[in-house]
Amino acid sequence: MNNKMRVTSNLSAVERRQIPRHDMETFRRIVAEALSAGQRVVSFFGCKTGDAGTTELLMVLADDANSTVGLLSTVVNGSRFESMTPACPQLHLFEREIFEQFSLRPEGHPWLKPVRYPHGDMPAGTGDFYRVEGEAVHEVAVGPVHAGIIEPGHFRFQCHGEEVFHLEIALGYQYRGIEEALGNGANPRGVHLAETIAGDTSIGHSMAYCQTLEALAGREAPVKAQVIRAILLELERLANHTGDLGALSGDIAFLPTASFNGRIRGDFLNMTALLCGNRFGRGAVRPGGVGCDLEYARAKSLQKALAQGMADVRNAVELLFDTPSVLARFEHTGTVPASVASAFGAVGPAARASGVAQDIRTDHPSGFFRFAQIPMMTCDTGDVYARAYVRWLEIQQSVRFIEEVACDLPDGILRTELGPLRPDHVAVSMVEGWRGQLTHVAITDAEGRICRRKVTDPSFHNWSLLAYALRNQQISDFPLCNKSFNLSYCGHDL
Amino acid sequence: MIDVIKARWFQKYRTIKYPMAPPPPLPERFRGVPVVQTQRCQKECDACIQACPVQALERMPGRSCIVTDLGRCIFCGACQDACPSQAIFFDRDHRMSTDKRGDLLVSQERQLPLARGMSDAIHRVLGRSLKLRQVSAGGCNACEADVNVLNTLAWDLGRFGIQFVASPRHADGMLITGPVTRNMASALQATYDAIPTPKIVIATGACAISGGLFRGHDACLDGVHGIPVDLFIPGCPPHPLTILDGLLRLIHRLPADEPADRDPQGGF
Ligand code: SF4
Repeated sequence: MNNKMRVTSNLSAVERRQIPRHDMETFRRIVAEALSAGQRVVSFFGCKTGDAGTTELLMVLADDANSTVGLLSTVVNGSRFESMTPACPQLHLFEREIFEQFSLRPEGHPWLKPVRYPHGDMPAGTGDFYRVEGEAVHEVAVGPVHAGIIEPGHFRFQCHGEEVFHLEIALGYQYRGIEEALGNGANPRGVHLAETIAGDTSIGHSMAYCQTLEALAGREAPVKAQVIRAILLELERLANHTGDLGALSGDIAFLPTASFNGRIRGDFLNMTALLCGNRFGRGAVRPGGVGCDLEYARAKSLQKALAQGMADVRNAVELLFDTPSVLARFEHTGTVPASVASAFGAVGPAARASGVAQDIRTDHPSGFFRFAQIPMMTCDTGDVYARAYVRWLEIQQSVRFIEEVACDLPDGILRTELGPLRPDHVAVSMVEGWRGQLTHVAITDAEGRICRRKVTDPSFHNWSLLAYALRNQQISDFPLCNKSFNLSYCGHDL
Repeated sequence: MIDVIKARWFQKYRTIKYPMAPPPPLPERFRGVPVVQTQRCQKECDACIQACPVQALERMPGRSCIVTDLGRCIFCGACQDACPSQAIFFDRDHRMSTDKRGDLLVSQERQLPLARGMSDAIHRVLGRSLKLRQVSAGGCNACEADVNVLNTLAWDLGRFGIQFVASPRHADGMLITGPVTRNMASALQATYDAIPTPKIVIATGACAISGGLFRGHDACLDGVHGIPVDLFIPGCPPHPLTILDGLLRLIHRLPADEPADRDPQGGF
């Protein structure tokens, strides 16, 4: 405990009044010091206060080396504050979000624009785009509707011939108002909405959601439920990583692995369905525990399916990485150096591929990951190859993990009753989803009702990396670079 | 090259035989159409109606019969968990698509009338080659993913003449997912307008049909409105087999006279 920030750990709720509230000047200094000491911004967001005309800004910092989370806040009077983005680029999107949600202008922000265009007064994708002027420089606009079966977003390229000088990504088309719906008392749709924050991360987001409620209630899910959650989370990772490797090989027209992995991804989704009846894990994670049991016979079937899935994916992926023409396309494409990745606050496999060793399962373990570790996998080249290879390494680790624990489940109940939430508390829940760290912060009011929920999908941290990765690349490499991150549009837009 | 052939040998031939053979098995815990068997109900307890997060259940005025709106249902099972007298059953049938919105209202007294597909006139033009444009208008990527799955070698949608294309100008129709966010409304309309007539519109998933979990949100328009829909595929998300079944019914590739009976005792 220090007077700069309230230091706590992932998944514990703290009293709101214990969070130090600084004046803006001190707040900026503490944040700058913490970031230069290696901490990361997990979330930064506004909250209404009792007084009109003032807004509280709450920051959550992660200290990965010490497995701690720090909370601190400041109050802004009026409609402007001095931007911290020029010194701390990882705040750029958070500040734009505060600008949009609370009409607070971060003075000196280098590129202040709306994030999601939630008010309908200005359609998404409008406004100024960064432009490069000059002879033979041209602009390419793509989206919102894209060529494949994929979510909408707008990409604006500044090109010189085939070479991309700059890419600006404009999102917001998927804005559905989830954060507002989850931040206003007990919503009967709550956990279901959490499952749809990003449909491919249903398990990750519903876990983070439920864990905030459990922390606020001062309860833990039963051990058996924690193990089942961990298995589901790794199954989600397996399906998506496998699909991504297939899609990457599709984008370079290496069709064998593209076809094989498209099918094998489905096999992993079916393993999730074996547990809960739904391929995306809908209904699996519930506040206080899980909604489905993993009986011994079912665990045996899971292990069998997993062994088959692993044999298939190993065959398909080894073929991919053994093919020289594949490596020629993957290597040195879309490189993001470690310094850039950490400056932007990158998370997940994209960060680990650039050599930024950071994984919530290792650094801030919660639930069953406190007892069973999954080794962290990193690469250091930061290119498409590294992002692909990290996924392959993680596939192997996840399979090993599930194999070890699935048939050795503890006995016990699947769900505990939560009871009332503690009033005036703040809970932070971070989960290492397959795209990386996803964060839910939930705050209760004096009656113990949720009065604010902040959701941060890993994509929110990582979209800027994609824009960076395209610099000085051929525009034709965009699909490949894009797939190597495979970020969520709806997770970003909420 | 030899490695590719070896891998191809190892991975075997995996395209499903359906519809020439029975479809692949559904997960044991699959939740199909929920029907409330009101003879088992405790008198007017309404626990299921209150438990449903998307207000998909409604008691028929003046009657004991409870109607399920499959266009809203997210197949979450909350109604079944809330029921004190085990009166709610999910069948284990993947077939759920209909031609009309109203057909999605089912109850113990009214079975689901499965889609009959295109009119014969349209079928002559599009029945053997249907190119679709997919637009996600706020979809969470689950519906999109399970539509995409149909393009994998396991399902091989192309063998039925159905293909997803990159331009509305090349399309004969549109498959819509998502609750139609305000921010996507104009892009959706523009895509529809750009498709040459005659055109087919398919609403996939609870969101596109009714707004799903986002019904009532200011940011969304409660699903597809103002664009005529030819096929409704319920689910959250629909199982790939449900989507395939709908598409095949649309182009008359499934016998229209197959028995429509569903097994109410299935499920778990
Ligand atoms: S399954 Fe869920 S959404 Fe469907 S009727 Fe029952 S409670 Fe409502």
